[in-house]
Amino acid sequence: MNMAQALNDALKSEMRKNGDIVVIGEDVARLGGVFRITDKLLDEFGADRVLDTPLSEAGIIGSAIGMSLYGLRPVAEIQFSDFVYPAFDQIVNELAKYRYRSGGQFSCPIVVRMPSGGGVKGGLCHSQSPESYFVHTAGLKVVMPSNPIDAKGLLIAALREQDPVVFFEPKSIYRTEKSDVSEGDYTVALGTARTVREGSEVTIVTYGAMVPLALRTAGRAASENISVEVVDVRTLLPLDIDHIVASVHKTNRVIVLHEAPRTCGYGAELAAEILERAFWSLDAPIVRVTGFDTPFPYALEDEYMPTESRLLQAIRAITRD
Amino acid sequence: MGAMSAEQLTKIYRSIVQTRLFEARIVALHRQGRISIYATSEGEEAIAVAGASALREGDWLFPDYRSTGALFARGVSMPEYLSQLLGTGLDSSKGRQMPTHIASRRLRIGSVSTPVGNGIPHAVGLSWAAKLRKGPEAVLVLFGDGATSSDGFHAGMNIAGVHRLPIVFLCRNNQYAISLPLKMQTASKTIAVKAEAYGFDGFRVDGTDAVAVYSAVHNALERARDGKGPTLIEAVAYRLGAHTTSDDARRYRADEQVTEWRQRDCVEILRRQLESQELWDSRRDTELRQNLSLEIDDCISRALAEPPPAVASLFDDVYSDLPRNLIEQRKDLLGGTSS
Repeated sequence: MNMAQALNDALKSEMRKNGDIVVIGEDVARLGGVFRITDKLLDEFGADRVLDTPLSEAGIIGSAIGMSLYGLRPVAEIQFSDFVYPAFDQIVNELAKYRYRSGGQFSCPIVVRMPSGGGVKGGLCHSQSPESYFVHTAGLKVVMPSNPIDAKGLLIAALREQDPVVFFEPKSIYRTEKSDVSEGDYTVALGTARTVREGSEVTIVTYGAMVPLALRTAGRAASENISVEVVDVRTLLPLDIDHIVASVHKTNRVIVLHEAPRTCGYGAELAAEILERAFWSLDAPIVRVTGFDTPFPYALEDEYMPTESRLLQAIRAITRD
Repeated sequence: MGAMSAEQLTKIYRSIVQTRLFEARIVALHRQGRISIYATSEGEEAIAVAGASALREGDWLFPDYRSTGALFARGVSMPEYLSQLLGTGLDSSKGRQMPTHIASRRLRIGSVSTPVGNGIPHAVGLSWAAKLRKGPEAVLVLFGDGATSSDGFHAGMNIAGVHRLPIVFLCRNNQYAISLPLKMQTASKTIAVKAEAYGFDGFRVDGTDAVAVYSAVHNALERARDGKGPTLIEAVAYRLGAHTTSDDARRYRADEQVTEWRQRDCVEILRRQLESQELWDSRRDTELRQNLSLEIDDCISRALAEPPPAVASLFDDVYSDLPRNLIEQRKDLLGGTSS
């Protein structure tokens, strides 16, 4: 099963169990979403639970908030994370703060799903990685899976949360990564990182579509006798910092890796958290391998994105005595 | 009007007078430095009070920050409202929001959004859920003329029209959005006419006439419950006061305009209507005002004595549980005695 199928399977499985879950978004019903993540949900669950909306992201999130106050559990799809900004106000000022500002009288258990990231020749506005904006907003949990097994388990866990979850789906690996995904229902707890490759000389801390890239690069580094550990954070908030710190204590070197632009990117937060907790274990400065502080380019996409060669150079440099 | 009982009429009048007297005292409290800011509804009380009075118990109300009369009509008590206004430890929202930004699950009042128009799609979403679940609830959302330019208004009106949702949009057209007069807000002839573009009816009523507002909202809520979809009601009045206690309206409008509108005071209009039906007289009016003044003063002095929220509560309700980062930060603030 690939990640797109695993996400679809998670939605089906949880919608069968929980009649309060409704799917809401643009083209999610008859079309099954432009990436087909909601494929055939309309057939099984009907038009009262799979809701096409007009083209209005603020309308999608705003009305999902109202539905959640009534007792429903909306799963809102934003067609591309690049189009979330009209709903940014609704997410940041309304969704994230509704529990807090009502003194806990209300909560909005909404999952906001968004395909994100580059690598699909989508240009400026079909390629962005806006996760940091949301991690910076109190009241949201932020998740990004890197493989089909985690995708299903994290999405089911998100659907059982009492708080809003922003769920980023790295679209470039929707169909490239395949795994044996269990048929039944299972969860991957939010706030748990995973070591996806053991190593001893440097830890790459990353998430989403950069995980398979890190694994491929770690394989190449191994052929140069450099031992690389790869940690997939899986949820950006809450962050499983203890897991990362344990890895740093072992390898004493860290590369943080993401597609999003460098300045104020999530890597900056990772680096700060690691420095506060494991400064004296470090043998070298933390290195960030990231997208550049430019808009996401169309023709030069491959140059913008972190690549195996850029990452390998960083690995070589940080492990050179 | 014939449908309204004497009891309903006097109840609405009492709530309007209560709002007028209460807000005057709150403005005085602001001048004493006891409250940070307040948005009065003087001149528009009839819209909020009469609109919310048309709701049934199971319905939902989504007010904005100039909806005090609607809160009283819905059953918010003065002590609980004062706890909110002063941000005390007894506030059901735990002192998290600016004055007037109430929320009440008990009374089915949505949490007031500060950004203008943002609450409109929440109200729409709730009415959508009620329709999907075939629930009996109808929804009333209150906003001002400025909100009709907001993204939330467009998004909400559009979705409500497409899905024929059980909701009433009640716009208090008080002629100004802070300093901006209506003609600079929209080139539409009226606000009501905007409904046509969204595929449903819009009506204009005299917002200084509580009875007219009540019947318009009542009928629209009935239509909503009958599956006949949404309605936009434009209630025309005038913001006699400034935008808030922080505003100076003399910078952008003439006193003569205000004086002119004071002749059409919603309190006086309803009182005369009640008196003409022999439901009210000056003795009862004096008694009502005296009783309300005493009660308001008593509530205020009690509220001023309420303790502030506990410092540790700063971190509560961000999430249903405390994630690691907040456990650490709470410890930083409280000096390591918390977790």
